[in-house]
Amino acid sequence: MASGTDYAYSGRPRRGLFGGLFESIADLGGFVLNGFETLGDMTMFAWRTLMWMITRLPRRETLFANMYQIGVLSLPVVALTGTFIGMVLAVQSYTQFRAFGLETQLGGVINKSMFRELGPVLAATMLAGRVGSAMAAELGTMRVTEQIDALASMGANPIQYLVVPRFLSCLLLIPSLTIMAVFMGVVGGAGYCVFILNIDMQHYTSNARQFVENWDLFYGVVKSVFFGATIGLVSCYRGFHCEPGAEGVGSAATTAFVQSFVVIIMLDLFLSIFLDEVYMAIWPTSPMLFS
Amino acid sequence: MVAAQPIIEVNHLDVRFGRQQVLRDINLTVSPGQALAIIGESGCGKTVLLKTIIGLIRPTKGHVTFDDKRVDRLSEQELANERTRFGFVFQNSALFDSMTVAENVLFPLRQHRASEQSSHEQEMLSRLTEVGLPRSVLGKRPAELSGGMRKRVGLARALVMHPEVLLYDEPTTGLDPIVSDVINELMIRTRSSYPVTSIIVTHDMKTAQKVADRVVMLYPLSRLEKDEPQLIFDGSPDDIEGSSDRRVSQFVRGEAGDRLMEMSDQKIVK
Repeated sequence: MASGTDYAYSGRPRRGLFGGLFESIADLGGFVLNGFETLGDMTMFAWRTLMWMITRLPRRETLFANMYQIGVLSLPVVALTGTFIGMVLAVQSYTQFRAFGLETQLGGVINKSMFRELGPVLAATMLAGRVGSAMAAELGTMRVTEQIDALASMGANPIQYLVVPRFLSCLLLIPSLTIMAVFMGVVGGAGYCVFILNIDMQHYTSNARQFVENWDLFYGVVKSVFFGATIGLVSCYRGFHCEPGAEGVGSAATTAFVQSFVVIIMLDLFLSIFLDEVYMAIWPTSPMLFS
Repeated sequence: MVAAQPIIEVNHLDVRFGRQQVLRDINLTVSPGQALAIIGESGCGKTVLLKTIIGLIRPTKGHVTFDDKRVDRLSEQELANERTRFGFVFQNSALFDSMTVAENVLFPLRQHRASEQSSHEQEMLSRLTEVGLPRSVLGKRPAELSGGMRKRVGLARALVMHPEVLLYDEPTTGLDPIVSDVINELMIRTRSSYPVTSIIVTHDMKTAQKVADRVVMLYPLSRLEKDEPQLIFDGSPDDIEGSSDRRVSQFVRGEAGDRLMEMSDQKIVK
């Protein structure tokens, strides 16, 4: 039977050119609707998390355990990558700056980049990779093994019990991790410039100081808070909506990282534009360096 | 004699996940103190019905009433309060991996009776003793326990709040016959010790006949015509043996009949 064979191999009936066209439009429509549904669902999830955060704070022992996992255990990896990013920046910029005889100005570039951009994004990427995936996998496993249902069946609210402590830990500790990444990047960059590239320390330091303002630190910390909130929400949402089985848990962990990272990069652009506008509104006469 | 007011009523319940309908027009009442077994083959919607009763799954149509309150109309807080009147024993126990046995059993007490902390430990030990677990398991994690022990910890956790309704989801699945019988005996003992209403989802006929005083059978929608009811049997455990319905008697006897042929045909058609 020909048609039977067609069904078996293609998995979908073929109905000519128009049939295929309509199916493609239907698929696209389904994809868009699904996207909106997920977005709405995620917004509700975020709203419920915020409401629970306001109405009832998590128990101290639950919060501290999460803070330890998320903040303290992330410190070494954030510090290490921060140091190397600072050194890489020095390596990449040195040749161009040397061509103009501006190698003593390297500190300004390295520090400015670390404070405003690389520190927050690096700390957020590390957190999304180390903590976000783990949170999604942990909550996904709890979903698959009915532990989240068990929690709800005992009259506990899973969002209040599982999501709020993780979200709060990400939100509260990412500024510290960002500051650590920035500090180590600054130290790494300075160390490489002074000890490997033999740039005069006094010139390097005075130029570096001149280029960085308190605003730059504020700029990075504000960004990091948004990034932390994104990681907490996206990862917990992915864990809560995990598909059954080992594949579902693996997919939740991967999706949590990928989606967090994409949102972080998009947020980074919008926050940079917004914060620059704020700066210009507050200090209209102040020259913005490198802008 | 006036019949007791049902504690749970399921009215014209439909549950659908996307395009897949799992339950269709289910009507069921459960009286206080009754032990109802819901039997049926895998995938027929038994667990979905159990989770809909406690509000873990929202019905697509129809509703569940618990003690004259519509479960789907309760606020989040009201639902949480009502759930403390239930105990749920999950199929794979669903113990919290990150907690010890003692912490698992203490969890509902700490969550809802934080002010009476002094009596918590005694309560937890009593429940663990009731289900026949020694003190040596208190500090162990669920991963260190056998399947039967995990089931018993799950039962102790469900009992610790002295619930009015106990929901069992496949309590003997995956256990050897001896441990299964231990769990059956524990369910019977629990009923005699507490004035509890029990709903037991199972495909183990031995459990249904030993523990329940009423049995209903669900049939998978995929094998029913559009107008056929999904509940194909409702009666006492003794009546089920003599049921004239071929589908019921086939299930009770555990006979595949022409099912293997049908499954192969369905696969080819797909």
